[in-house]
Amino acid sequence: MADKAKAADFLLYDEETGTYRMDPEQAVRDDVEKHYWKHVGLMVAKDWRLYVMLIPMILVFLFWRYFPMYELLGSFKVADEVKPVAEQYFAGFSYFRRLLVGGDSLSADFWRAFRNTFLLSFYGLLFGFPAPIILALFFNEIRSNMMRSIYQVLTYLPKFMSTVVMTSLTTLLVRQGSIISGMGVISKALVALGLISHDVGQAGLLNQPQFFRAIYQITGIWEGAGYGSIVFFAAIIAISPTSYEAAQIDGAGKMAQMRYVVLPSILSTIVIMLITHIGGLLSIGYEKVLLLYNSNTYITADVVSTFAQRYGILGANKGLASASEMLNNVVGMLLVIGANTIARKASNTSLY
Amino acid sequence: MKRKLEISEFIFKIISYTILTIFSLACLYPFIYAISAAMSARQAVDYAQIVLFPKGVQFEAFARMFNNNMFWNSYSNTLFLTFYGTIWEMILSILGAYALSKKRLLFRKQFNFFLVFTMWFAAGIVPQYLNYLATQRIFRKVGIYDDKWLVVIAMGMAAMNIILLRNAFEGVPSEIEEAAIVDGATEFQVLTKVYVPMCKSTVATVALFFGISRWNGYYWARQMISDTNEHPLQVFIRLLLEQYSDPDQMTGWAENYASDSVIYALIVCSIVPILIIYPFIQKYFAKGTNEGGVKE
Repeated sequence: MADKAKAADFLLYDEETGTYRMDPEQAVRDDVEKHYWKHVGLMVAKDWRLYVMLIPMILVFLFWRYFPMYELLGSFKVADEVKPVAEQYFAGFSYFRRLLVGGDSLSADFWRAFRNTFLLSFYGLLFGFPAPIILALFFNEIRSNMMRSIYQVLTYLPKFMSTVVMTSLTTLLVRQGSIISGMGVISKALVALGLISHDVGQAGLLNQPQFFRAIYQITGIWEGAGYGSIVFFAAIIAISPTSYEAAQIDGAGKMAQMRYVVLPSILSTIVIMLITHIGGLLSIGYEKVLLLYNSNTYITADVVSTFAQRYGILGANKGLASASEMLNNVVGMLLVIGANTIARKASNTSLY
Repeated sequence: MKRKLEISEFIFKIISYTILTIFSLACLYPFIYAISAAMSARQAVDYAQIVLFPKGVQFEAFARMFNNNMFWNSYSNTLFLTFYGTIWEMILSILGAYALSKKRLLFRKQFNFFLVFTMWFAAGIVPQYLNYLATQRIFRKVGIYDDKWLVVIAMGMAAMNIILLRNAFEGVPSEIEEAAIVDGATEFQVLTKVYVPMCKSTVATVALFFGISRWNGYYWARQMISDTNEHPLQVFIRLLLEQYSDPDQMTGWAENYASDSVIYALIVCSIVPILIIYPFIQKYFAKGTNEGGVKE
């Protein structure tokens, strides 16, 4: 009998007559389906103000976020200064082939840029990601509210400075020396501490490729650690004091409390922030790199967006530049979706 | 047992205070150094002899900046971009976030995806550049020749900020909205008289984010604003830095302040407005960030 009832979900088995009859609820469902668009129209008409409010935002995003994606078509077309992208001649995958397996210096430059993009972000994940968590743990130790506010105000501050101000200060503080002037004050301090030799400092740290990654990460932590700690600190102060007391009674030292009380409580926050970080792994800020790098440091500093900027905006090779960015962004998007899926499977926490 | 506990806590506390003090001072130091270097004599700046306080005080670097028309020009351009840009972004995002926060909005999921997708996938700077060029052509055709309006209207708008606002609006209990409607409020009045005041700290935070990013905007302003008189402050700082880091420009400098002092003075001038408003909004934004925080 049970399998007969399952014959179709809109049919009911009538035991008295031994026949099937229509489920009366199905008529209602049919009616809703038949009049779906009418229903939608009525709902929209009733709440038309809401949709009017939504329109300007949608238009702005459409024009200046989605139309550029349409311009990405240029990576399959022969670049043309006059014609719009839809009318350009189809070029197939030639730009992609040239970038990926071209075998010439251009292809080598692209792979260098791709590797640098990945490495800069990866080191950012390795050093830049734990920094705000550690800072939040330290903030939690400060019992005096006034002291904590002072620390917080000071550490949030760099986040509000522009990239130009930050990079200009960096440039000036590690400046090269010349006949009429000495090296920057940070270089001088590093020389005094014996970390770098005098000649290295004199040549300017930003002119030497081996220092670029370190400078990028240190300025990144300087800029973002304090501000990034807000969300972790909020998770930590939400922990009930009784949890600590219970742990203390059980004989847990400071490290054990960290391990068994604090860490599990902020784990979901950490996972969410980690997903956003991994999602941004290939979309590192081009502004900062553009402002810090120079032709001496391309080996370690050139990333895909600066590569594209050099070829597409300063140069005239728009199709090639679009192709390089498309490769980068597609891989980046796969990383977000992948990270999100893994996080959802592993810990039931996900961002999207 | 008890005593051992206290020692581990005590050590951790000491470490916390030490590291936080060092890190806070490191955050502050470049700004103090910039102020001191802007006011120090040439010798002290050129050979990096300043540690904390200015040496051989002079105010000529500041005076040189203040007598420069380009400086005031770029300052007013930045004020223009920040003011109109923030207003434009706030109006659009408050309206949009309010609509998105309503459960009765049809295709709500699709609209949300429309926003969130822009956080996953961005076209990149070259397609964006082509898009802005096309926009610029359309603006010229319509009769807008001031590229600052292009920057105001076409740039900015972060999906993240709209989601912050939306989450905050979702937290407002629907009974309050119903009560307002019973009292005869229109949809728009519900938004301005109920929702915005109730989510004051998130609205302030988002306005701060938009305002700061406008004040700090550099790359697209430099690329898209063709008239150098219309350049904002950040572009002016960068151009000056590029000009002065050229060794040919530096030799033959016959003033009694270093060329770097001029840039330091400019940097100080550009961060002063942020430093002035920062303490007032600082208390809002930690609260606002967490209130609207990521929920979905």
